Amino acid sequence: MTISTQLATRERTLSLLGGEATDANLRRYLHGIPGIDAVGLEQRAAALGTRSIKTTSKARAIDTIIGLIDLTTLEGADTPGKVRSLVAKALTPDPGDPECPRVAAVCVYGDMVPYAVAALGAAHSAGTDEGVNVAAVATAFPSGRASLAVKLADTADAVAAGADEIDMVIDRGAFLSGRYGQVFDEIVAVKSACVRPDGSVAHLKVILETGELNTYDNVRRASWLAILAGGDFIKTSTGKVSPAATLPVTLSMLEVVRDWHRLTGEKIGVKPAGGIRTSKDAIKYLVTVAETVGEEWLVPSLFRFGASSLLNDVLLQRQKLTTGRYSGPDYVTID
Amino acid sequence: MTRLAVPKTYKLYIGGKFPRSESGRVYEVVSKRGDFIANAAKASRKDARDAVVAARAAISGWAGSTAYNRGQVLYRIAELLEGRRAQFIDEIVQSEGLNAAAASAQVNEAIDRWVWYAGWADKYVQVAGNANPVAGPYFNISVPEPTGVVAIVAPQGAGSLVGFVSAIAPALVAGNTVVVIANETMPLSAISLSEVLATSDVPGGVVNVLTGSPAEIAPWLAGHADVNALDLVGAGALDWVDLQIIAADTLKRVFPPENGPDAATPSLDRITGFTETKTVWHTKALI
Repeated sequence: MTISTQLATRERTLSLLGGEATDANLRRYLHGIPGIDAVGLEQRAAALGTRSIKTTSKARAIDTIIGLIDLTTLEGADTPGKVRSLVAKALTPDPGDPECPRVAAVCVYGDMVPYAVAALGAAHSAGTDEGVNVAAVATAFPSGRASLAVKLADTADAVAAGADEIDMVIDRGAFLSGRYGQVFDEIVAVKSACVRPDGSVAHLKVILETGELNTYDNVRRASWLAILAGGDFIKTSTGKVSPAATLPVTLSMLEVVRDWHRLTGEKIGVKPAGGIRTSKDAIKYLVTVAETVGEEWLVPSLFRFGASSLLNDVLLQRQKLTTGRYSGPDYVTID
Repeated sequence: MTRLAVPKTYKLYIGGKFPRSESGRVYEVVSKRGDFIANAAKASRKDARDAVVAARAAISGWAGSTAYNRGQVLYRIAELLEGRRAQFIDEIVQSEGLNAAAASAQVNEAIDRWVWYAGWADKYVQVAGNANPVAGPYFNISVPEPTGVVAIVAPQGAGSLVGFVSAIAPALVAGNTVVVIANETMPLSAISLSEVLATSDVPGGVVNVLTGSPAEIAPWLAGHADVNALDLVGAGALDWVDLQIIAADTLKRVFPPENGPDAATPSLDRITGFTETKTVWHTKALI
């Protein structure tokens, strides 16, 4: 995405809102969106979770899942060494099987980006479609409680270090107290901080932290707000707040993405993150994506899993399918 | 007024809970004469998989408890067996067609064996461990440690309680956790023993009891990469050589089948067979 398309996004948003992105205009727009039938949503999500995916379909689903994973380490105890071993795992998830696909990206804190980039070496995508991306969380992750200047510096720092994707958090306090304009302006500002001097752009994922938004209606409004402000991806959670990603929440965000695609033809990505630990859960998400926005969304540029322990479970399932025997945790890495 | 009997449908014992088989299958348990006694769950490979997960999760707690504490917990089971002896005798009479005296003798033998093994919990390390002589100023000490998850095919012949007890007790002594396939035709003793275990101090997941066909489940456990040892004591009627070959792929410890009345006689070897030896070097002094 270049700067000119970014300007086009802004023009389109302003015409949709019918004026500047003020609190009042945004409130009128977001509160004009029809509410969510919570019972119906949960029922729909539960129904999508009952599909039985077996044998060859399961094998394909598992390889798809691996290719969609943002392998994540976001701990206070992270070290360059841990990031390097994470990158090694991202490049060869199953050392015993060279056929095993690579993950989509590694997701680290901003200060770890240089180590991730160095460890990836030639395997770093660096703006191309090949290779593994480096995603960095920014804007005072996970709370988002910092001044805009700090958030922008945080973002610019990670982008300068070579991050291909920026995972920003919205100011949930501002959102919940109705200061939509502030949230909007912050996303726009962070988006412009994602631009490098050479004109290339880091993709922006906007974390809504749905566990703190309380209602599905709020999730839907926050999704619209993030997309209107120019987010390339909407992401459920930081993984630091419980509940993190749930199937109904992800479904409601996918519905927004579908509506936006119908409205403008633009494809926005979705990233459920946190709490997805088993391949069985992950397959439910694949079904939900395919049934809500279509199979063309099941590519790394439009759908990701934010997860750390999911990969191990998926690898165990993969080994079971290839060898016909149950595998165990001794046969995958300890992260 | 006539009263309808309530035929029971027993369930599996996995992770301290009593789930139905994932497959939903049950089979009829019949007496020696062919009369219906109860329904038992017919475990599938996925139940075996779940049992291994539960057993793996239980290891740190069970192996991490002190040897003395493990002995106490095991001894407590013998007490509970004693308290339920009427039920066990009744079930043995029903399913094995023995008279009450013979059934009582079997229960006595099972309890005695259990007590014998419980006593070993804080003693076998003294016998199986060693201070090795080395040419240098070091202590060199070998100690046995539990190997991990032990999959057991319980004896399938007569003596359903004593066979089951003799199969699981030695593996538990060292701190292993157990996934056991019960006697297929006479599973009642195993099921009642799992009810005893559920109300005892044994943590959930330490013993997992699967009822059903050993021929169906055993190959999955033999090939399971997260199982550390395979006790084929009751697998004489199965294709047990193949099971050994499958188990060798993941370097399991394997015990061969034993047949006849002396099968699984209590012995220290059955305890140490499920252990790994850890050897440590330590300087004697800094002079």
